Formats: sequence, structure tokens, C-alpha cells
Amino acid sequence: MKKETWKELPIGSVNLRTASSRENLTGTWRSGEKASFIVETCIQCFFCWLYCPHFAILHEEGKVTGVNYDYCTGCGLCESVCPTDPKSIVLIKEELTLAGGEEK
Amino acid sequence: MKTLKPLNGNQTIAEAARQVDPDVVAAYPITPSTAIVESIAQFKADGLITGEFVCPESEHSAMSVCIGAAAAGGRVMTATSSQGLALMWEMLYIAAGLRLPIVAAIANRALSAPINIHGDHSDTMGARDSGWIQIYSENCQEAYDNFIQAFRIAEHMDVRTPVFVGLDGFIISHSVEVVQIEDDDEVKKFIGEYRGVHPLLETDRKITMGPIDFTDYYFEHKRSQIEGIENAPAVIEAVGQEFGRVFGRSYGFFETYNMDDAEMAIVVMSSAAGTGKDAVDEMRKDGLKIGLLKPRIFRPFPNEKIGEALAGLKAVAVLDRTSSPGAFGAPLFAEIRNALYDFPERPKLVNYVYGLGGRDIKVEHFKDVGAKLDIISRTGKVDEVTGYLNLRE
Repeated sequence: MKKETWKELPIGSVNLRTASSRENLTGTWRSGEKASFIVETCIQCFFCWLYCPHFAILHEEGKVTGVNYDYCTGCGLCESVCPTDPKSIVLIKEELTLAGGEEK
Repeated sequence: MKTLKPLNGNQTIAEAARQVDPDVVAAYPITPSTAIVESIAQFKADGLITGEFVCPESEHSAMSVCIGAAAAGGRVMTATSSQGLALMWEMLYIAAGLRLPIVAAIANRALSAPINIHGDHSDTMGARDSGWIQIYSENCQEAYDNFIQAFRIAEHMDVRTPVFVGLDGFIISHSVEVVQIEDDDEVKKFIGEYRGVHPLLETDRKITMGPIDFTDYYFEHKRSQIEGIENAPAVIEAVGQEFGRVFGRSYGFFETYNMDDAEMAIVVMSSAAGTGKDAVDEMRKDGLKIGLLKPRIFRPFPNEKIGEALAGLKAVAVLDRTSSPGAFGAPLFAEIRNALYDFPERPKLVNYVYGLGGRDIKVEHFKDVGAKLDIISRTGKVDEVTGYLNLRE
């Protein structure tokens, strides 16, 4: 995107472009780890969904179904709040993430 | 109804504030500006103003409240002095950087240490690069007039920059003079309705205010901010003239006194200019061709106009009510010397620091300066460029 000259900027160091996660995929922030969902041990407490800062926990018909990698940043909060033993959502290694969360 | 009232400087500011009735006044009292805040609190308690009055836990918080309220879209003012202004420090830059047209009355007072409550300009001069417009007042009437004009200047769409209105601590803030207080409705009409730019309370329009700027945008935003204060001179001039048409007292960037045929001049701001004018009268009787120039606007500095007013003289003394330790000459002197640099013919210049911590400056001290200027203009020689007035040496 072309950067504005000082004359083109609105006054007062404001940003008039509404920031939206629809355009800014937080999944691109990941660097080497991502959350992986293990349905077998999940008790459907929804803690991971509640704590995920990026609403990256997917669910269907009242049940957690997985992780949206467009938005998962690999922060690990879901793993830390998961109450089951063993954990039902864990960070796993990934090699590289590209914009859009697409794995390579 | 317009009336003549015996008021001190703080009361005139409070009267102007009552008439302007800003949406939010946030202030923390400090000597010698306390009475401004106290009076506004009383106006609020008496139902004479409709705006919010907020008394936070410090001046830093007071300026923070002002910034928040102005960002929300309100017309906002505060008042402070000395250490209070110093405590607002980091927020001053944010107010200016966000282009929020906050108006602050500053009862100018010395900075510690040693602790002192009396008048000098070290507080606002210390904030001279904070991006605020600075207006200085000679007397209570000017403090009132400047304070009203400050809203128009700050809020002009080409400017949108916060403004300090300085009045010398105690000398003006606590001295009673007869002041022309204009009609409430006329003042309200003069300042007009306020409209915020991108107000945060317009919630249907989402913006981000003050986001982090790295190497990619900070420089452009700062340049854009500078444009605001550089647009101010035209607005200051127009507002000063309009004020004259409406209320009968016109204002410019500076005032000249006995300058028409002068060969020498004393440059001095604020209350000391009054004493200076009396001294000029006496020196004129003694045959000295001397005048006085009183800058009213220090930021943006009226470089060209002051240069033109002084360039043809033989000798000029610039009096600063602040020191700038380690600098060659105090702030006003540095500006004046800078303003004269491009003129092929320019006067000899000397700088005197005076009145620190409220030390008196009397007619006799101005006459000492006049005598010095007389020698310089006759010999063309300056033995010492910088010095001090009324200091035990």
C-alpha cells in the first residue's frame, strides 16, 4: 500500500481506516507453533473458546470442532486453560505460515 | 451586559471561562493559578456554568482528562502554574500531537529548586517546544481578552493546536485592576459553536486515535502538526482584528510603544512591559530616542514582523524573565537575534535576564538598560552581550 505524504494525512495522528480482523489475519503472527485440537479427550467446557483472544476456536452445534488457522496466533492460552488431563488442545510445531494462515 | 469590574488576573480568566462555558474544565489547583480553578468550581456549584468540572489527582491527570475530553469532542480548558505545568509535561506533547485545541491559562511562576511561588516565565518557556501556541499578557485586561481569543485561535480548522495564555504570577494573577468584562452573549457569539474533528463520541464512525507510528509515519505526522502552528499567524491576526471590531481592543503579534522615531528599543514581554513604558516616557524626557516592543505571541514566533520592526535601530536590549542555562542568551533573545540575522543592517543586541523568582524590575532598572543602549548606539561597541538586572553581584 502506498504511504501518504504528510499533506495527505488527516490531522491529529488519527487513523481513519477502521482496523478489521476481516482484512488482517492474526494467523500471520504465528512463528513456529499452532494450537491443535484433540476431540477424544475434550469435555466441551468451552474454556479455550472463552479465553482465545482471537476467536479462533471453531464450534458447530454447541461442540468445539477445531482451530481456525487464519486467526490462531499460537499463543497457547487455550492449552494453559484446558482442564483435561491429558490436554485436549495443545501447541504443536509447524514449519512456516504464510499470510492467510495457509500452511506450507 | 458589558461592565467594568475590579478583578485580579485569576478572576478575569475565571470570568472569561464562565462566559465561554467549556464542555469540560479539568484542573488541579496550584499557586498562583489556584483562584482560577476555585472560581470555576464555585461557578459550577452555583449553576452558572453547564460544563463538567473535573478535579483529578494531579496536573498530569488534569491534562490527561483534558486530552480525553477534547478527543471525545468537547471544548476544554485548564489552568496551572510552574510545577503543575512541569508535571503535565509529557501530556502537553500529546495534546499538541493529537491536534486537540485545549486552552490553558498559565499564571507564570518560577520552577523549583529553590522553591518559589512568584512570577517568572520559566514554566511556559520550558514548554516552548511542546507544540503549544503561547500568548503572553501584560495586564488583567489582556489576560481576559487573550483568553477569549485563544479559543478562536486554537479551534480554527487550519490551526487545531492547543494554546497557553500566560499571565505573570501574582503581578497579574493577584493584582486587582479595573477590567472591561464584555457581555456574556457577545462573548459566546464571538467564540461560536465548537465542533470536534473526528470526535471519539461519534461512535458510528470508528477511528483509531494516537496509534503507534514507527519509522514509517511518525515523521509525516510531526510535519503535519507543525503545519497547524505555522498556519496560526494568519488566524491570530484575523482574530485579533475581529476582537477589535467587536469589543474595541485590537491585538497583533506584538505592541510597539514610542517606536516611530526610535533609535533604540527594549524588548520585554508581559507585566514588565507596563513598567517599561513608564521608563520609556522618562527616558524620552531625558532626550533618549528609545522605544519599547512587547511581544504578545511567542509561539509561533512572529519572526519576520519583529525583524522588520527592529532591523533599522542602532541598539536593542532583549529582556528575558527566564534563564536558559548553558545557552548563549535566554529564549526571547535567541529568537530576536535569529529574526535579525537575515537583515543586512541590524542593531547591536544585548540580553538581560531579569525578575527570576518574582524579583522586582523597576523604572530605574529600565533606565540602566537605556543608558547602556545609549552608549552602545553612540560607540557601536558591546562589551558584554548577556547580563542580569537587579541581581546582587
